[in-house]
Parts: sequence; C-alpha cells; structure tokens
Amino acid sequence: PGRWFSRGIGRFFKSCRSVLLSVHPSRALVDEKFKVLVQNASPGAELTVHSHLLSEDKHNWEAFGHYICDSTGSVNCKSLTMYFSPVQFSLFYWRARHMLRKSNVETPLEVTVSVYQGHLTEGFPEHRALAAVLVERWYMAPGVQRIPVTEHNLTATLFLPPGPGPFPAVLDLWGGGGNLVEYRSSLLASHGFAALALDYLTNDLTITTGKMMKNDYFETAYKFLEQHPQIVGSRIAMWGLSLGTAMTLKMAAYSKVMKLRCAVCYSGSHIQPVNGSTEEILNNFLKNQDKTRINEKQEVIWHDMGRVQCPLLLVVGQDDQNWPAFVSAMDIKKMMEKAGNIHLLTLLVYPDTGHLIEPPYSPHTRASTFRSFENTSLWGGQTVGHARAQEDSWRKSLMFLREHLYGRRKKSNL
Amino acid sequence: MASLITPLLSVAPTRALVDEKFKVRVKNLPAGLPFTLHSLHLSEDNDYWEAFGHYISNYNGTVCVSEHLSLGGTYTGKEPMGLLWSLRPVPGSRKGLRLRKKNVSSPLLYTISVYSGHLTEGFRDQAPLASVVTERWYMAPGVQRISIKENIVRGTMFLPPGPGPFPGLLDMWGGGGGLVEYRAAILASHGYAAFALEYINPGEMATAELEIEYFETAFNIVKDHPRVIPNKVGIFGLSFGATVAFYLASESNVVKPRCCVCINGHTIFSRGKSFAEQSGEMLRNAHLIRIDEDDNHMWRNLFLSRDNTLDMEKINCPVLLVCGEDDQNVPSVEIADDIERTMHAAGKGHLLTRINYPGAGHLIEVPYAPHFRVTAFMQSRTQKIMMLWGGQTKPHSDAQEDSWKKILDYLEHHLFSSPSLESKL
Repeated sequence: PGRWFSRGIGRFFKSCRSVLLSVHPSRALVDEKFKVLVQNASPGAELTVHSHLLSEDKHNWEAFGHYICDSTGSVNCKSLTMYFSPVQFSLFYWRARHMLRKSNVETPLEVTVSVYQGHLTEGFPEHRALAAVLVERWYMAPGVQRIPVTEHNLTATLFLPPGPGPFPAVLDLWGGGGNLVEYRSSLLASHGFAALALDYLTNDLTITTGKMMKNDYFETAYKFLEQHPQIVGSRIAMWGLSLGTAMTLKMAAYSKVMKLRCAVCYSGSHIQPVNGSTEEILNNFLKNQDKTRINEKQEVIWHDMGRVQCPLLLVVGQDDQNWPAFVSAMDIKKMMEKAGNIHLLTLLVYPDTGHLIEPPYSPHTRASTFRSFENTSLWGGQTVGHARAQEDSWRKSLMFLREHLYGRRKKSNL
Repeated sequence: MASLITPLLSVAPTRALVDEKFKVRVKNLPAGLPFTLHSLHLSEDNDYWEAFGHYISNYNGTVCVSEHLSLGGTYTGKEPMGLLWSLRPVPGSRKGLRLRKKNVSSPLLYTISVYSGHLTEGFRDQAPLASVVTERWYMAPGVQRISIKENIVRGTMFLPPGPGPFPGLLDMWGGGGGLVEYRAAILASHGYAAFALEYINPGEMATAELEIEYFETAFNIVKDHPRVIPNKVGIFGLSFGATVAFYLASESNVVKPRCCVCINGHTIFSRGKSFAEQSGEMLRNAHLIRIDEDDNHMWRNLFLSRDNTLDMEKINCPVLLVCGEDDQNVPSVEIADDIERTMHAAGKGHLLTRINYPGAGHLIEVPYAPHFRVTAFMQSRTQKIMMLWGGQTKPHSDAQEDSWKKILDYLEHHLFSSPSLESKL
C-alpha cells in the first residue's frame, strides 16, 4: 500500500537522474536511531525529507525537515531521529493531536520516508515524491517472548528476553491512563530485562469487583516475578511513570515484601496517603488537579523517602503541567539528604520537558485527551527539549538498570 | 534460585538486510574468561548450520567481535561477520548441502550464543550462558514480490518501494536451474526493479527446449514494465547466466542492455544449435571432466575450448567481469583473459572492467553467505553428482563481500546516473 499508487503514474522519463534515498537500518527497534542518505540529486537542490505514519487507530502522523544538497547532490541527515535534526534552515517536528500508542507490540510501526523537491511544509499527499522507502520500527527484538499473565488475579503481560536466562526483572507501571500498556516492557525485554507490564487501574479484578487495587496487588506481582524460574529473584526493579511512580515510591519506602534492587521513577510524586489504596491516590490527585503547586498547608501526607533503601532514579520535566513532579523531586532530595541516604538518589531534571516522558523517538504530545477528564489535559513541554529528554533519560535509565541489575555488587543487600 | 548473572549479549542491529554488517558484543563476563561465540541456523530443509569463534574476555569482562580477535573455531582473527560467513553444516549432516533460501519474504534466523570455554563440538549438549536471535532479510520493507508468468517466461519480479520509475535488472543463475529469487530480492532492496528468471528445471540443462528468444522476451518484460526506466536495464548473471548475458550483449538484435555484471561465465556458444544441444555435446566430452579423490566433479576443462565462442568484440555495453581464481567449474580467469584480449583488439577495452579474486571459487554470492566448495548437483533429472566449485572459505568470503560492494557501485554508476553514456534506443 502506498499513496503513490493511487496517482496513476505513467511513464516518467526523468532526464538523467533518479534520486537515491536510503535509510539505515530499515528495520530497527523504536529506540534506535536511523540514518537517512539522499544521493544523486542536483547540487544545491532544495529538498524536503518527510516521514509519515498511519497509526493503529488510523491517525496520520508526519514530520519533515528542509535540506540543501551539497556539491555532490547529496544530503546526509546524520543521526536523523525522526523528530528533530538541527540542520541549518530546517526543523523536524511532529504535528500531533492524539497520543501515538501501539497496542499490538508484536508488529512494527511502518513509517514511509520520502524526499520531495523544494521546501514544502504541507500538502504532501498532493505532491509526487522523488523517492520513498519504508522503514519498520519494532517494539520487540527477535526472540523476545510475550506471555499474558492471569495467575493470582493479576492482569499483566510478561516479556522474556531470548536465551536461557535467568534474567533480572522490571515491574513496569504506567500512569493514570489505565489499560495494559506493553511497549515499554517489550523494549526492556529487547534489552535483556524480563519485564512485567502490570495493569492496576483497568485490570480484571478492578472491573469485576469495582474496587481499586491495594498494595497487596503489587506485592503479588512482585512475588510472581520473584518465583519465576527464568528470573533472578534478588534482582527485581520497579519502573513507574506518573501515577505508577507514586506506587513505585510507596513500595520502595514501605513494602516489607518487596526487596527492590533499584527503582526508576518518571514524572511522579511522593505525595500520597501512606496506607491508602490506588483509589485514594487518584481521588487525592483529582481533588487537586486544578492546583499546579503543592500547598504545604494542605492536609496531605508526604512519604518518607528517608526510608528508601535502594538506588533511586528520578526523572522529571521542568515543564510538567500535570503532576508537581519537579517540586516533589526537590522535596525527595531534601528528605534523603536529611535521612543520610542521599547517595542512593540520582535526579535527572530536564528543561522544556513535560509530563509524558516516553521511550525515545515517540512523537511528543503537547495536548491530548485523557481518560475520565472532560477537558483536554495539557501535558506541557516544548518539542525539542522534550524529545531530547526522552532520548537522554531512556539511555540513562537503561544504564542505571544495567548497573544495578546486571552489575556485580561489592556489598549485597540480600 | 541463583544469584548467577547472565552475560549481556547483544547483536546490533537485531534485524538487518543480508548484506549489512552487525556488531556482536558480550558484556558482564568475568575478566579473562575463555568463551565461545556460536551461531546456529536451521535451514528450510531442516539442516543445522553452525559457526563459532573462540574469545577471551578483556579486563572489564567485555568482548566486541568487530574489535577483538577470534583465536580459533570456524574463523580466526578480527572478523565482525565471521559468525555468518564461516557457517557450515553441523557434524553428521548429509553431504553436499547448499544453503539457499526459497522463501525470501521471511528472514533467515540465527541464534547467537555464548558458551563457557573454548568448545569445538557438543554445543547442543550444553546450555549456553546467553543467547539472542537475529534476523537477516533479503527483502527491505516495502519491496514488492510479483510472480511473473507471461507466455512461457517464468520468474519473479521484485520492485523497490517508492514511486519509481526504477532502473531494471534481468537476474540469472546458472545451469543448476530452478527459480532462485534471493539475489533479485536484495537488488530490489537497493533500488533496482529486478527480475529473477527461471529458465530450466534442475537437471534439464542438456534436454530443455530453450532458445535465445526466451531470454530476449524476459529482458523486454523488464524493459517494458511501467515502473522501469526502459533505457536503464542491465543484466546480472552468474555462471551460465553470465554466458546468456554475454550472448545478449554481443549478438542480440532485439535487446540492448545498459550494462552487464558477469560472474564466472564461459563464452562457448555454437550458432544454430539450441542450448540443449550444446550442453549435451559438452557433457559428452566426458574425458575432459576430472574427478578428484573424493569423487567430486571438476568441469573447468570442458570450457577451455577456443572453438565456437561468442564474438565478444561485438559487445557494445559496459561489462563487469568478476572471476574466482580458484573456480573449478569454469576456467573463469582464462576466459576473462580471452575476452579482454578480444575486446582490446577491437578497440572496446574501455567497456570492460574485470576483477580477479584469488582463492575464490565459482559460487560468488551475496556477502556473508557461507562458502560452498562442493555441493550436490543434478546433472540430469536422475543423476546426482558432487560438483567441485572451488575456493577456500576465507578468501572466498572476502571476495563475496568486496565484489558485492563493487557490483553495487558499478550498477549505481551505470543505471542511476552517468548522463554521458546515454544510449539511443
């Protein structure tokens, strides 16, 4: 399928050159960069390199950049990362009004990369591309296994890396959007970590009982990992985003069952009821959603992060309009300094970055609809800064996990 | 339940085209550990193929195959792609196997593993420390595969993604016969509309009713395709496919290839006789066929005759000759010398480019493909022989890698640009 087929191409006797477009690699994981090379155009020619994606839910996404060929008629878009390339005269950006989410992680995203004559900014379907290639972006590396999990009333999906194992594992929690979002887990498995994507808001048990999950639901998920024959029970981490971070921080500080090797927390907060359930946290959040700053005079309980005993990576965006993540992070830092466990904290604060810090090269969504809210939520962040934050934080998060889950510890906390 | 930690093994990219390089890295090993990197492939015919290299981890427990040396195994030295090109059938396999993928729409799967110690056998009896899977594809995303059956001409057309139009290639294999698609598929992944032509069934070289018109028609199918640039169609041939290319480039009044890539072809051709008659005649020269101590057939002397050869001085298009110096099936170098002399004498030397590869055999294929020195060959529909193709694995693999780069550059020069060689149709 391709838009070019529908325009009835007749014979086209181009004078002498056919523009050569190549993208490498043509099949990659979504967190891998690709290089775009244009050759055989006229020297000094103005070109637009354009990428297009039709998402699972039938929305069109595009990005483009303007280039000028060198004297050999070539353009080498070095490290073209689909969202931004700081080349003179050009800026890549995504135009997005919806969230790009892939629910089926076993098939790739198919992106069409085309090159057009001139510096175009719109109306791409009406122009004839000089050349086009198809690029596949995968969420799962070959050999990764996807295993739905329903034991012990869990609603989850386990991703196992290829190989005999045993592997360290990550308990993966998304945010208040609910549903079972698998693609971060499938990517983690592609990097050698067993990963359990856990649904805790719209899971079967919540739906059938009408009750939100309490802490024991998460501890059950942890125990499932701990006892799995292909997982090293002493090397389990937790990774949360947004509301998932709230749960992660709580478990890291208070759970007697979980012995986390380390925790990764994106865009979240430690401000919660101590013994409360997910429901209370959400209600607390909903009550305060019109407030963008934490008022210390309010009746809220601040988790004691001085109790955390494992290394903690906190990732926050300074332009987060959704959670008071930055303020919360500063408070956590203060607490840990006071308690003497500050050496466990790694804090990454990104300027011009909003709330939804996802795996890199995802289109940045400045605003979108969010479940249960009537108005459009503003997520915040400027595209370039946000995109860089995704790329940088992902890389650092993977390094952090590798160090703590694969590394050889000098002193053991077992 | 162990506190054992698995080494971190990675292959990047995990999915690649068959001619792309990858980087194999191992981390998180104890320092100075001897280990074996192993690759395993299960073919469509259910045969296991393997390759392996012996390494020692460095002070921080890592090894990068593209930077460190293999100290033993099926390949040695600094060989980033050794785990692919040194692949061979596992011990106990049937004799004379050749690895050729029929279904090019799915990838070749290789399991790359780390084993403790320097092993040379018994890989299946031991659990590896770590394993990953890597995919190698002939078809880039967006390449279309189209079955062709026009009159009697049979084959498969591969079209690159994009609006086109594209330069075209008629792609032909040798007298072994059958429909072999994978080279045309990878050529389409590089931007050429490539037509893999089927012209005989295995074993029918001496009996098929085959005339030159068949190939001229096939060439025109490419030339006349709506997504092909008609004056930018070349020919790519190996072995007998190269011979057909020589014929079309020198004798045909119907087709005018833009350029030819010819690997290890001969130039024997008797006018007025069909291909079957000529092949039949040649095979009757049994005294010229040599059989070595392992019962392998060496055919190179069948093609040494200077009688009844094509008039190569009539060639009017650029030709790239790729020759394996250790080709035991066709005396490729002697024939190329002859062609060179003839063309120079006719003032056409500027059209010829030739590359000789020392230590390379007859089957010079896509890079990182295993080397086949001897494989089973159907001489007739009932008679199977072991054919000696020649070549030594390391120089043959170097030849595959180097020639492919040069071939792609050559095709790009002649079919994508070169305004100075505009020919008038």
